[in-house]
Amino acid sequence: MPFPIEALLFLFLLATAVVIARLRDLFAAAMLTGMFSLLSAGLFTLMDAVDVAFTEAAVGAGIATVLMLGTLALTEKRENQQPTRTLPFVVVLLTGAALIYGTLDMPPYGSPGTGPEPAAGNAVIHHHVAPDYIKGTKEEFKLPNVVTAVLASYRGYDTLGETAVIFTAAIGVLLLLVPGRKRKSEDESAAPEDPR
Amino acid sequence: MKTPMRMREKIVLRVVAQACIPFILLFALYVQFHGDFGPGGGFQAGVICAAGFILYGLIFGLDKLKKVVSFRTIEILVAAGLLLYGAVGLLTIGMGGNYLDYKVLDHHDPTHGLHYGILFVELGVGITVTAAMLAIFYAFAGRERA
Repeated sequence: MPFPIEALLFLFLLATAVVIARLRDLFAAAMLTGMFSLLSAGLFTLMDAVDVAFTEAAVGAGIATVLMLGTLALTEKRENQQPTRTLPFVVVLLTGAALIYGTLDMPPYGSPGTGPEPAAGNAVIHHHVAPDYIKGTKEEFKLPNVVTAVLASYRGYDTLGETAVIFTAAIGVLLLLVPGRKRKSEDESAAPEDPR
Repeated sequence: MKTPMRMREKIVLRVVAQACIPFILLFALYVQFHGDFGPGGGFQAGVICAAGFILYGLIFGLDKLKKVVSFRTIEILVAAGLLLYGAVGLLTIGMGGNYLDYKVLDHHDPTHGLHYGILFVELGVGITVTAAMLAIFYAFAGRERA
């Protein structure tokens, strides 16, 4: 049996994660998180989820790394020496074990889900609305990218909500992190008692 | 942020960034408007577009970036993208359909209506994402070291 490239990528992911956890140099850690995202993007590409891979590469490897570097410029470059604690390690191990236990019920990777009823080996998710979406994208939309059709039309309300979330996040960041503008001084000179 | 000041003196970084930025922005436009035929869409295009501007800001400094895209512009664009998305929905109601029912956008061919709807909705997403990413970058890079 040939060694699957997915396994290789997972090995690299694991190695990167362990190194990030052990590093004290925060600059190197920030760069390695970018590498972690890029490896994840490679995995998503192998799973034929190119849109997700695209987002992961652009957001995780690109913007997030830049923001972390921006934060590093405001703080220290090195992490302070922390005493080794066993409780968090145990909690992480238990959570990981629970997650792996949860995946045991999932259909096998690459399962086509062609069977008539949800049974072991049939991906139930493929029997819900997905066949209609795939058929509709081809016949009604005449578009090759199902993801765009689902995102912008079939699930248009959800995407509107997501855009609103991004909008809210940006407004929140602006309100919290950007210091007051000069309009404040104009207000003060015009009216000493601000009604807001 | 101190790093841009030091980076400005690095001629290799400056020249390479100058060569890369137009292509990054062009690629963002491609991802934006080709999203219904290939991978990508508003979210990805917005992030790539913002990455182009952020690269400019990292190399040449936040002050120069603010001359290209002012803070006020970003504040307006964050809202404009979301409003464009919502306005498409209102337009479809006005043309006799349900909210975000793109088929009514073109009276002759409902498929074209769907394409128009997706185009404008994705454009709205792209504008909001670009502006939001830039807003976060401005907020982080504009802070003084504590």
